[in-house]
Amino acid sequence: MAESSEGGPRQFSLRPPRSSGTENIPAADAGSTSIDSAESELAEDDVIDLSLERSDSKVVEVLARLDSELVGLLPVKSRIADIASLLLVDKMRRRFGLGSSRPNLHMSFTGSPGTGKTTVALRMAELLHHLGYLRKGHLVAVTRDDLVGQYIGHTAPKTREVLKRAMGGVLFIDEAYYLYRPENERDYGQETIEILLQVMENERDDLVVIVAGYRDRMETFFQSNPGMNSRIAHHIDFPDYSDAELERIAELILNEQGYYLDDDARIAFAEYLTLRRERPHFANARSVRNALERSRLRQASRLLNSEKTVLTKSDLMRIDELDIRASRVFGRVDEAGA
Amino acid sequence: MDGNPTEAETERWGAGVIPYTKMGYWQPDYIPKDTDVLAAFRITPQPGVPAEEAGAAVAGESSTATWTVVWTDRLTSYEHYQAKCYKVDPVPGTDGQYIAYIAYDLDLFEEGSIANMTSSIIGNVFGFKALKALRLEDLRIPTQYTKTFQGPPHGIVMEREYLNKFGRPLLGATIKPKLGLSARNYGRVVYEALRGGLDFTKDDENINSQPFMRWRDRFLFCMEGVQKAQAESGEIKGHYLNITAGSMEQMYERAEFAKELGSVVVMMDLTIGYTAMQSMSTWARKNGVLLHLHRAGHSTYTRQKNHGVNFRVLAKWCRLIGVDHIHAGTIVGKLEGDPNSVQGYYDTLRLDKIAPNPTRGLYFEQDWASMPGVMPVASGGIHAGQMHQLLHYLGEDVILQFGGGTIGHPMGIAAGAAANRVATEAMVKARNEGKDFLREGESILKNAAKRSPELNAALDIWGSISFNYESTDTPDGTPTPSN
Amino acid sequence: MRVTQGAFSFLPELTDEEVRAQIEYVLSNGWSIAIEVTDDPHPRNTYWEMWGLPMFELQDAAAVMAELAECKKTYPQHYVRLNAYDASYGRQTTALSFIVNRPESEPGFRLDRTELSDRQVRYQIRAYSADAPVGQRYQG
Repeated sequence: MAESSEGGPRQFSLRPPRSSGTENIPAADAGSTSIDSAESELAEDDVIDLSLERSDSKVVEVLARLDSELVGLLPVKSRIADIASLLLVDKMRRRFGLGSSRPNLHMSFTGSPGTGKTTVALRMAELLHHLGYLRKGHLVAVTRDDLVGQYIGHTAPKTREVLKRAMGGVLFIDEAYYLYRPENERDYGQETIEILLQVMENERDDLVVIVAGYRDRMETFFQSNPGMNSRIAHHIDFPDYSDAELERIAELILNEQGYYLDDDARIAFAEYLTLRRERPHFANARSVRNALERSRLRQASRLLNSEKTVLTKSDLMRIDELDIRASRVFGRVDEAGA
Repeated sequence: MDGNPTEAETERWGAGVIPYTKMGYWQPDYIPKDTDVLAAFRITPQPGVPAEEAGAAVAGESSTATWTVVWTDRLTSYEHYQAKCYKVDPVPGTDGQYIAYIAYDLDLFEEGSIANMTSSIIGNVFGFKALKALRLEDLRIPTQYTKTFQGPPHGIVMEREYLNKFGRPLLGATIKPKLGLSARNYGRVVYEALRGGLDFTKDDENINSQPFMRWRDRFLFCMEGVQKAQAESGEIKGHYLNITAGSMEQMYERAEFAKELGSVVVMMDLTIGYTAMQSMSTWARKNGVLLHLHRAGHSTYTRQKNHGVNFRVLAKWCRLIGVDHIHAGTIVGKLEGDPNSVQGYYDTLRLDKIAPNPTRGLYFEQDWASMPGVMPVASGGIHAGQMHQLLHYLGEDVILQFGGGTIGHPMGIAAGAAANRVATEAMVKARNEGKDFLREGESILKNAAKRSPELNAALDIWGSISFNYESTDTPDGTPTPSN
Repeated sequence: MRVTQGAFSFLPELTDEEVRAQIEYVLSNGWSIAIEVTDDPHPRNTYWEMWGLPMFELQDAAAVMAELAECKKTYPQHYVRLNAYDASYGRQTTALSFIVNRPESEPGFRLDRTELSDRQVRYQIRAYSADAPVGQRYQG
């Protein structure tokens, strides 16, 4: 058919390089559920067993898991719980023939880095799968580089390739505003946005899109792309963690790894947090994790260089004040990010 | 060799008859080398002969030994050439039988010659008087020896690409009656079966070139049938033209003629011998023609549990010799075949790396070092109503041959072929859809039969037929958690 | 006449749901999937035209179904097949192939015979519709 007068088959699905930076997180359970289960419509006087529906949908379990995984974030958790309840009720209503259309499920997660957006997106994918709104419930996390091409004709295949992989699950676009670059009118990102809008409108059964990023920049993005804004059903804002929450997070992380902060270290860490928050690139829980990683390194060096001849289990577990205070955050101000 | 001989040396070289165990053929501490050929023999010693002595005798008689001491041994590095029996295990639950494990150095065998390997390992020893019975159960063939063969001329992957048939078992039928059809009538059966939906038809093992139908006439009429069926289906079809003959010259002549007529496949019988098979394998690779092997005569030495050669060993030799198809049992059909053993044969033929598996009768690991797999053929008393069992036990890389189950169909041969094809496709489709097809097999077939009168009729007459006889040969191994 | 290439040609045409189930099976095996089109179904025509490149790393059949719908819309009177490819070591070949669209009328193939002197015959298979130029075959 290459010589066909009608032209050959379209070649839009270019294969991306194998080492593409996208993250493919498998669905919680591999099974697939059918979207519109073939349950027959219920009669006027039928009843639905609520507890059965609740346990079938696994809403309670997923929310509990979210609660144990993430410290704080109360407003977010309650929004997620609300959405889950709404979807479950919607599902039951449809069995009586009430409100038949599938709700719009695209979402926007705004907040600083390290506030749990990706984790919540993962659980959201799982929830939507159990509730029967997604067939697979996996999460494909991407950024602009995974969607937008380098030259003419490159972008559409690249975007479609990612969309195909996300079908049946959630497409999570981090820092979505980078797709839009008003300063360059020929930017290929616009092409991605157009394809996204089309898919978000027409293929709702196959795909849920979550766009994420800093709150203020997302707002600007939505102002310039009203089409995108109108297709987002749920805007969820992730607040920065309070110091107390970050301390609790630190405790959880260390506990998991078999470490603890002694009393002086705990005071030092609280001071560290106050100082770190003022410095650039503060990333909430992620910064906490990184800081602890470095204090473990310092603890190890301290132990090996010490005069001690024997070590106790407690020695190996304890992070002390010095391990924290040796951070550059306390001293030199010329280097950021320590 | 300086100083006085030790007591052991005196004993070893003294004139007369000495036990094999004392001659170095029994070495319980020997650790087999990666390059050794390993054999597992089932031995049944005569009363009064200790198992170790019997095992050592097998090692001796299948390698360097003769019945008495010869001084000319001393002109060789005889330790190197001696086979070593390194383990003897009693067979659980069977008095008087043992499995003797013997290691042979790679040096004992000529490269690329199954004739030589069989002359060595099973050449003399099977008539040995100290044993009541002897059976070669399994062989571990080291990569170093495997690599002296090229194996199947095409192999499973290439055959499928060549035939453009993927994702389902292939279907065949043997032309019946075996004897007496004229070439013209014979070609009619080929045509009907292929146009009906089979991928292959087949000459029987004893269809060579008899007075009632000479080979050249058969080839011409069969190929007319094959070509016509190809045109009517748009599929590649084949008839296994049996080129078995009394001499290599005649076989080559027949094979060349088959190729000239455009046949995708030729066939030979096991009775022509290992060397002739290997020559035909070379020919098949050179000429791009698939090579089918009928294991005619194998049961004379593979069937009895205590004497002969297990088919899994024959399967290994045939993979090395290089055939594309080999008959390997059906499990549910009319011919001998315990399910576990047959699955072991199929593994041996198809897989690349195979772990020891006592349940399936596999004594050793076997690494084929990327040698292509052989397509096993299930033939003999199978019919469309068993499709779920066939797919379950035998898998997808197999040729299912329904002779009577095609030609005996009340609506005709083509209808019989269609019934088999519909049953196969329906079962594969159901399996892919995630159905529990083994359990739901009958209802899957019944559903498919609603749209296929041919399958419906086949199920009506054969649906309830099964061949449930006790197998004469089953593996001794029982599944245990530890191995 | 019916071209019976592919794994399911002896069954009634698969419905969309049935095709979807086969695709799910393919994806669950980790195989990639490709759509191919031709108007020349000669049994030795190995290389049908590719409808885009094979699709890798999909989780769900929806993307294939969408491509397939698009392809069938463009080529309603062509043969369309789905090929699943198994890249695993030792296989590295097509794992499943089946036809999902065919022209309304299939005129089939002509078998040409050339007789030689010693009763031998040489055979040639030609699709009747292949006599028409590319793009004008299977017009009903």
